[in-house]
Amino acid sequence: MLSSVIVLGGLALLVFTSSGWPDVQETFFSPDAFRTSFPDILRAFWLDIRMFVAVEVVVLILGLVIALVRTSLSPALFPIRILAAVYCDLFRGVPVILLVYLIGFGVPALGVTGLLSEPIFLACVALSLAYSAYVAEVYRAGISSVHRTQTDSALAVGLTNFQALRHVVLPQAVRRVRPPLLNDFISLQKDVALVSVLGVQEAFRVAQIDSQSSFNYTPLIAAAILYLAVTIPMARILDHIARKEEAKT
Amino acid sequence: MSTPVLEITGVTKSFGDRLVLDGINLAISEHEAVALIGASGSGKSTLLRCIDLLEEIDDGDIFLDGEVITDPSVKPVSVRRRLGFVFQAFNLFPHMSVLDNVTLGAVRSGTMSKREATDLGRELLDRFGLGEREADHPDQLSGGQQQRVALVRAFASKPRALLLDEVTSALDPELVGDVLEAVREMKAEGMTMIIATHEMSFAREVADQVAFLHEGRIVELGTPAKIMDSPERPETRRFLRRLLAAGRI
Repeated sequence: MLSSVIVLGGLALLVFTSSGWPDVQETFFSPDAFRTSFPDILRAFWLDIRMFVAVEVVVLILGLVIALVRTSLSPALFPIRILAAVYCDLFRGVPVILLVYLIGFGVPALGVTGLLSEPIFLACVALSLAYSAYVAEVYRAGISSVHRTQTDSALAVGLTNFQALRHVVLPQAVRRVRPPLLNDFISLQKDVALVSVLGVQEAFRVAQIDSQSSFNYTPLIAAAILYLAVTIPMARILDHIARKEEAKT
Repeated sequence: MSTPVLEITGVTKSFGDRLVLDGINLAISEHEAVALIGASGSGKSTLLRCIDLLEEIDDGDIFLDGEVITDPSVKPVSVRRRLGFVFQAFNLFPHMSVLDNVTLGAVRSGTMSKREATDLGRELLDRFGLGEREADHPDQLSGGQQQRVALVRAFASKPRALLLDEVTSALDPELVGDVLEAVREMKAEGMTMIIATHEMSFAREVADQVAFLHEGRIVELGTPAKIMDSPERPETRRFLRRLLAAGRI
């Protein structure tokens, strides 16, 4: 405890007494700039939240479907299993920002109209593709970690294959992968900012524009605070749920 | 003579090149208990798993109440709902309470309403000394209690026959007694059963017939007294001698 106070105090002293600190304070931590830019960034952040929620819902469902296909043993599903494997390799292997670019600029180039020419929608598609590939692998790890004897046991009590999966395998699988799943949630919540490359006016983009017009980086700090205001409580709430679950079993 | 509850004719099963069941013939009448004895790897578990259609057989037929169940047109789930299976390692569902473990099969297969299944489950748990534990999760129970829950779970679906796969092998010696007592009670109620076991004294006491398996064949079949006191085949004698030397008889 004492040692951390000394270390942190030392670091703070070093920063606050450095010759550049007054400039840094003015460009990054200006209360005036914060006040003027914050309302716009907050409004733009609402778009981040909506995109995050929409993409997360798609990712949780699509990821599960892909994982189920990949873990199925049915010979009839072999071709789809290969497709699912290729899907995961492909979308996990490409940087998310590149995927946002390719889809965001590539699809409209086809001359399509409506939703398919809407940058916000395309950005969400790109994020959904990338993250469902990650999340599918997380689910898959969970499903494979549930011992085969659990399925045997479920079948033996008279459940169908689907019921065994639904009531016995998946509840255990999801419980085990909740921490990595949460990790991907938080990661997605931040990566929503990547859609700014398509010119979508979300929080990071608005902060960037503000800072470029005022030559002050404080708006970026404001955006960072907004992201933290969501990710940190999210982590704590899920920790709490996990602990409660543990106490129950 | 009435139709046997279970009849096995010429069943063979291989895993890869290894022949595990080599032409098994066996019939079990109503209210009868057959003990399967034999060394590890002699095919006892595999035979039970084949009867419950957890493994596919290569050749032969299995009949349940005179109806062939090993035909591809027969739905495995409809067969398993008429049989109860208890595994060596209990295989309870760790994410469910004891009561839910017992009622899951009946509720999901639609053979009982939730209320009926719950009432029956409670009554059986009470009878087998587990009434206090219905809300607990399996990991809060001793091995012997877990195995009794597994027995109740199999028994609760009112099966035509119980298949017991080495139900005491994973237990500490002092916990074996209660589990065997539960089996004894089910037998006394007229439950038809096949018991794969290493407990010779128990086989002698409960079984009407004992089948000695050796390298995938039933080499000797008869009353417990005949098989254990005056075995005819050298393989049987050797097996019993080895058990005697190990202090297991």
